[in-house]
Amino acid sequence: MPILGIIASQNYPRITNSYESIATVTVGSGGASYAEFTSISSTYQHLQVRAVVRSTSGGYAGVTFNSDTGNNYASHELYGNGSSASAGAYTTRADIPLMPSATSSAASTFTALIIDVLDYANTSKYKTLRSLEGWDANGSGYVELQSGLWQSTSAISTLRITCAYGQSWQQYSSFALYGIKG
Amino acid sequence: MASTYTPIATTTLGSAAATITLSSIPSTYTDLVMVFRGNNDAGANRAGYIRFNSDSGTNYSYTLLQGDGSSAGSGRDSNIAQSFFANVLGADTVAITQIMNYANTTTNKTFLSRGNSASTVTQAIVGLWRSTSAINSITLSLNASNYASGTNVTLYGVKSA
Repeated sequence: MPILGIIASQNYPRITNSYESIATVTVGSGGASYAEFTSISSTYQHLQVRAVVRSTSGGYAGVTFNSDTGNNYASHELYGNGSSASAGAYTTRADIPLMPSATSSAASTFTALIIDVLDYANTSKYKTLRSLEGWDANGSGYVELQSGLWQSTSAISTLRITCAYGQSWQQYSSFALYGIKG
Repeated sequence: MASTYTPIATTTLGSAAATITLSSIPSTYTDLVMVFRGNNDAGANRAGYIRFNSDSGTNYSYTLLQGDGSSAGSGRDSNIAQSFFANVLGADTVAITQIMNYANTTTNKTFLSRGNSASTVTQAIVGLWRSTSAINSITLSLNASNYASGTNVTLYGVKSA
């Protein structure tokens, strides 16, 4: 089960044939409260989202699947803020809360997120994601590793990334969804 | 669906070198993924640096999270002349660096890196290059040492729909 980058140095022809772009959402000048991928095919083994985002005032990225807004999500995080490392956990949530994004105080600076959703089409398991996220603004910033759980055995067909606290993703934010074959 | 994740360049050092440069990077992809596997010739832990487009101005910064087997910590550097992508020590050092939206000419450039040296440390890094220029070259260097013979770097392009 190839994951982007992990075994790339071992056998890249296999990777190149196994990694496909599915869809991209790019935020225009009016902003957007969320980015959503719908009608995701079940033909891949894993999904990966690669995003660069920026919010109006540091809203975090809340991930939900299949429009489920019940308290069926949980996560663990390990992060560094440039001074110390910290860890946290969230349970019984209505989303998986990823990193607060870069804000307007850091001009032209965006948060980067890489989210792997593993075995997303399996109908026997709960769904797990892992992510690497971060932003640096030359004197401030965060970098974070995270795992997230959706307590559902449904195959994932819709993935939404909401800008939390009622904020909006700003122009030039983009979200790209890829499928990885088994 | 079209496959994407295309090898752009690869280099394996035949002898020790102070720098490794990947140049003439096309702007036709969305993101770049650099896979590093190698060592230094100092036999000691060394910082691996990354620079874009040969820009030696103090336009770089990074924030770091790491664990060294006994504790976890975080740090940063700001207004520096090159950023940091991983500590390098031992033939087991592997770093995967994701350079996001590298060809756009509107925003500064952010990269994420995971450095892994089983004998030393595991790291997550976010780096910033304060430039709106498209990235067309990447230069790697080390703190007070050379990359050892056999060090390998491969660059891939990922293109979104």
